[in-house]
Amino acid sequence: MGEFKVHRVRFFNYVPSGIRCVAYNNQSNRLAVSRTDGTVEIYNLSANYFQEKFFPGHESRATEALCWAEGQRLFSAGLNGEIMEYDLQALNIKYAMDAFGGPIWSMAASPSGSQLLVGCEDGSVKLFQITPDKIQFERNFDRQKSKRHFSWGGRILSLSWHPSGTHIAAGSIDYISVFDVKSGSAVHKMIVDRQYMGVSKRKCIVWGVAFLSDGTIISVDSAGKVQFWDSATGTLVKSHLIANADVQSIAVADQEDSFVVGTAEGTVFHFQLVPVTSNSSEKQWVRTKPFQHHTHDVRTVAHSPTALISGGTDTHLVFRPLMEKVEVKNYDAALRKITFPHRCLISCSKKRQLLLFQFAHHLELWRLGSTVATGKNGDTLPLSKNADHLLHLKTKGPENIICSCISPCGSWIAYSTVSRFFLYRLNYEHDNISLKRVSKMPAFLRSALQILFSEDSTKLFVASNQGALHIVQLSGGSFKHLHAFQPQSGTVEAMCLLAVSPDGNWLAASGTSAGVHVYNVKQLKLHCTVPAYNFPVTAMAIAPNTNNLVIAHSDQQVFEYSIPDKQYTDWSRTVQKQGFHHLWLQRDTPITHISFHPKRPMHILLHDAYMFCIIDKSLPLPNDKTLLYNPFPPTNESDVIRRRTAHAFKISKIYKPLLFMDLLDERTLVAVERPLDDIIAQLPPPIKKKKFGT
Amino acid sequence: MAALEEEFTLSSVVLSAGPEGLLGVEQSDKTDQFLVTDSGRTVILYKVKAIGLGAPRLPSRPFLSAELELKFLTASERDRGEGLAESRLGLLGTLSEVSDQKPLGSWSVKQGQIITCPAVCNFQTGEYVVVHDNKVLRIWNNEDVNLDKVFKATLSAEVYRILSVQGTEPLVLFKEGAVRGLEALLADPQQKIETVISDEEVIKWTKFFVVFRHPVLIFITEKHGNYFAYVQMFNSRILTKYTLLLGQDENSVIKSFTASVDRKFISLMSLSSDGCIYETLIPIRPADPEKNQSLVKSLLLKAVVSGNARNGVALTALDQDHVAVLGSPLAASKECLSVWNIKFQTLQTSKELPQGTSGQLWYYGEHLFMLHGKSLTVIPYKCEVSSLAGALGKLKHSQDPGTHVVSHFVNWETPQGCGLGFQNSEQSRRILRRRKIEVSLQPEVPPSKQLLSTIMKDSEKHIEVEVRKFLALKQTPDFHTVIGDTVTGLLERCKAEPSFYPRNCLMQLIQTHVLSYSLCPDLMEIALKKKDVQLLQLCLQQFPDIPESVTCACLKIFLSIGDDSLQETDVNMESVFDYSINSVHDEKMEEQTEILQNGFNPEEDKCNNCDQELNKKPQDETKESTSCPVVQKRAALLNAILHSAYSETFLLPHLKDIPAQHITLFLKYLYFLYLKCSENATMTLPGIHPPTLNQIMDWICLLLDANFTVVVMMPEAKRLLINLYKLVKSQISVYSELNKIEVSFRELQKLNQEKNNRGLYSIEVLELF
Repeated sequence: MGEFKVHRVRFFNYVPSGIRCVAYNNQSNRLAVSRTDGTVEIYNLSANYFQEKFFPGHESRATEALCWAEGQRLFSAGLNGEIMEYDLQALNIKYAMDAFGGPIWSMAASPSGSQLLVGCEDGSVKLFQITPDKIQFERNFDRQKSKRHFSWGGRILSLSWHPSGTHIAAGSIDYISVFDVKSGSAVHKMIVDRQYMGVSKRKCIVWGVAFLSDGTIISVDSAGKVQFWDSATGTLVKSHLIANADVQSIAVADQEDSFVVGTAEGTVFHFQLVPVTSNSSEKQWVRTKPFQHHTHDVRTVAHSPTALISGGTDTHLVFRPLMEKVEVKNYDAALRKITFPHRCLISCSKKRQLLLFQFAHHLELWRLGSTVATGKNGDTLPLSKNADHLLHLKTKGPENIICSCISPCGSWIAYSTVSRFFLYRLNYEHDNISLKRVSKMPAFLRSALQILFSEDSTKLFVASNQGALHIVQLSGGSFKHLHAFQPQSGTVEAMCLLAVSPDGNWLAASGTSAGVHVYNVKQLKLHCTVPAYNFPVTAMAIAPNTNNLVIAHSDQQVFEYSIPDKQYTDWSRTVQKQGFHHLWLQRDTPITHISFHPKRPMHILLHDAYMFCIIDKSLPLPNDKTLLYNPFPPTNESDVIRRRTAHAFKISKIYKPLLFMDLLDERTLVAVERPLDDIIAQLPPPIKKKKFGT
Repeated sequence: MAALEEEFTLSSVVLSAGPEGLLGVEQSDKTDQFLVTDSGRTVILYKVKAIGLGAPRLPSRPFLSAELELKFLTASERDRGEGLAESRLGLLGTLSEVSDQKPLGSWSVKQGQIITCPAVCNFQTGEYVVVHDNKVLRIWNNEDVNLDKVFKATLSAEVYRILSVQGTEPLVLFKEGAVRGLEALLADPQQKIETVISDEEVIKWTKFFVVFRHPVLIFITEKHGNYFAYVQMFNSRILTKYTLLLGQDENSVIKSFTASVDRKFISLMSLSSDGCIYETLIPIRPADPEKNQSLVKSLLLKAVVSGNARNGVALTALDQDHVAVLGSPLAASKECLSVWNIKFQTLQTSKELPQGTSGQLWYYGEHLFMLHGKSLTVIPYKCEVSSLAGALGKLKHSQDPGTHVVSHFVNWETPQGCGLGFQNSEQSRRILRRRKIEVSLQPEVPPSKQLLSTIMKDSEKHIEVEVRKFLALKQTPDFHTVIGDTVTGLLERCKAEPSFYPRNCLMQLIQTHVLSYSLCPDLMEIALKKKDVQLLQLCLQQFPDIPESVTCACLKIFLSIGDDSLQETDVNMESVFDYSINSVHDEKMEEQTEILQNGFNPEEDKCNNCDQELNKKPQDETKESTSCPVVQKRAALLNAILHSAYSETFLLPHLKDIPAQHITLFLKYLYFLYLKCSENATMTLPGIHPPTLNQIMDWICLLLDANFTVVVMMPEAKRLLINLYKLVKSQISVYSELNKIEVSFRELQKLNQEKNNRGLYSIEVLELF
């Protein structure tokens, strides 16, 4: 099939931000995740857990609370004191509104979804009315004086509505308050025991509360307790000491028959309401299952009808399906751990052998090394020149970088934040490199969701968050706006993925849900639209010469669409008819990059986080009986057998987790790995658990 | 747990069941009717419309099953009945559904002829098929009266068995191993039958299955002690021969076979003469039918019946997880029907069959059939779904109110089986009749009854003799009850007569292992009153359920009893090692302890204040740690306390009642044990059944928790407390050192990882195939 020299790169020092909040939306089966850097990501659980949207973070915007309201509207609140609503179509922030209560620590949407409650630093609980296009402050709830501190009550760290919407529970430091929503006055104040393993701690922080329809309030606190309170009498009913450290999060199932809590020790506990004896109607809450999928604090948990979802400082998003709720025991019932973003953070200049790494607030440019040696499979070759770190480009301002790209020739770098678009011209003189910013960007190039250079580096394609696609002509240090493809009237959907044909004639763009549009760059008009498919596009690319568009979807299907013919190719039809190998369909990370071999038109190169694959269209497709992945080289097998067992999918799982893989030239590949151990090494140390003694 | 239902009998004179038993019991086309073929000339169709069988989990209702008992002619009538049979044919032949109590039909062949193959029902036609005189096939149906007049076909070879199961036509297995479908055979009865098995090979057993609608026949042959299995796929006419390897125990003889089938395998179970059940898996679809393959057996259940039983043994698979075994569990005992769960290897239930069996067992539609004495006994039994709870006997039954449950287990409340006649008046006539028979079989007064009466009046000496006599007897089913009654009786008398204290008797009874505290709470009370430490020790060792208050009361006595009175007692010294043997070797060890003691080094001490005092008497200290602070016998008693089970919450309040000097003594003893423990690397004490380190530490903590304020005020306890304090401190330092080592190891691991790490950048060669 082929022998390659592989530049195995492990110096991409990327560390995902820790997860702060998750919010599950039952209606759309989507999960919103906010990270400590303010990034908000939307995962579509129906589409194979694909991260289909994201909102870039902001240094000053630490998101502390996230919730869905009014069906599919997403709100967040944070320590900057603002409540924000996200536009899930245009992928930007609709508005931000100051709650005037200092940093916001908690937020909860009413059961009807029409009201929003926030808990602030100053101890106030504020009620907002959700109007069709904004939110409106309604009133404050009565604040109470704290007896212990002789001051106004402490910050409100957790909030929960009673399912009827008549009462709320608010968790603060050392106490839990119950408010009547109608009158806004406190009904009960329940003091939480500070004792921790017999030692009185300084404070007991109520990290989470949950109000059940029978009036029970469940609280979790920094002393490691899960407590059940009777809201009618304001008394403690039951207390479970489950951890030596903080219990930081709680989420209750809609049926109120099970809930999940996460602790600072990385453990997630499942509690279930089970009958006291086998056929009695009396039920009690029992801690049923502990799960240790995290090494660090579990800052947030969610409870979908079929799974426990948890996330925390160790940056993993974990889906743990509840076996008793899963109807079909298929691959969906398996544990899922999502660590890396489902988009490409790396671009590559093939001509100059450069790699551009995108971080939250800076870019790094590296030049790959070289070797003159040759070897056989598996050999590590001696380097004649090591890789160089050429450039460290810091962004200005507090906003995170959305996307970045380096041109194939290596002389242009472009990146964008939410409010600004940057284009740089690079000059190489021997070993020196100089950088010059192209100033005076036009107003419409304010924010881009995706940037792409044409193969000859003369054109720049920018997908703006308004839905428009801009084509910019680049020539020697200056640029000229050529054209803008406006979105079809009535749609505001942002385009997140771009692909341009190597001859520069075709541009394909894909949004989050609708089909892929193909534009004719020469004639500057829409050429065709690839038929819509149920699952979002995770990667696409246009093949040289044939101009076949290869599209990978989140359900692991790969299509090949002939742009000139405006139809799927025969190979694609054959694949669809026969179906992919079941192991191929069971992979749980999406394909994030597709490329082609310049000399072998039958080959498609693609990769996900755990494998790299060359599809040879000339070979027969594997059926479910054949071995999809054979890590061992064929030995002593006659050519006949080899030919008989050979199939189209040539897979390598040597490099993992694989964040980027591309073909530099005919015989050279570049693979960017990010070992999990390296990420863990950069995280703060987890809570140490003693092995010896007590 | 599914218990065996009450049996009912299908006794009959017509069944000329010889010593070899019946020829066979087969299912008829109606689920509640069965064809019984005796070893003579008769086939009888029985209806066993069982009460409660429709809902098999229901306990049987004896009064109803009593009605079911089938009234047949007595044995003496049978002797006269040779001629009668002929005349009765007309009578019985017309019987159809007269009542549940009678057989529905009976057919006999002519005198001089003999049935050689059990009658079966052709489920497709509803007719019955039988072979007499090896070659003559008869087919008839319910309406036929005389077997002489029914369809007859004479075959060219001798028939071994006709096999019939629901859903397919019957197969005829010839003695030479050939198999024919019945229809095909009847088309040409005189057709030539080939020989399949070799000379001297004899068919021992056969069974017929339908697997995925394909009839599969298996039969086992024997030749010179070698066994062969033949599997015939009837549709495809593939015959596969397997050799059954008997394993290491070559001279064992297989006594009985049974088989069950699942998707791919026939599980052939065999009961060997060594009393074990073995399983052999035979693939239904053989890999290579031409080749003679060998099969290995694996042990399934060990020693379910006695190996050298005189009588026959039999084995029948009830379902995938259950087998029924007929045979004597012990060499000398009576025969028994037992149901085993092979998955959990547990005995589900068993029933004694005192009148002996023929070693034959059939199981159809939740009925077990066997010959019990002279009568055919039917025991309804339904296997429950095999579950761990069921195997452990913890499965709960939802009992229908109003139904009377006849317990198959010993009921502690009502002393039954003692012949005392505490019979429930509601119990059936039949049960009574059976009991009468049992009583008549054992005409003398049962020893248990005799024992109970002895207890009430006789002298201690006499009671002791009687108890010994009773214990020497074999364990009877009511053994537990009798023991319980005896102890209760003895204790009642003890209470009534203060001078009466049958110590030896009680000791013997406790050692039967069947008593518990809750059964006779008075026993320990009396022993405490009498300060009988030996008995108390025995109780502590034997009873699993002693309350904490009683444990504590024992402890009080053990600590307070004088050394001189201890000398007289005969305490079990098993748990005590002779610590006083301070040989040269021991002294050597002693030197080492100073270093060893789990990181505790008395020399290195930071507690300066207390140290001064300590240093004054360094010799004392060594002495303290080397010599046991209590005498050996007391140590044995205290060890019994250490071994007993307790709950901290309930024990603590009682520990507060113990006088301070006793607490100190006990603490000293525990500390001494701890020091002894730490002398060796495994942290255990020498001896047969010594207290464990955990038990010692738990008791130290308990005693200190309960009495700390008292103990801390006592000057004589000061040294001990200081020692304990140092002990804890040393433990903490050990643990902190361990934690440090753990961290260092982790760092080393990290370094190691970095070494293995291939660096941040490399160029490698990859070849994709």
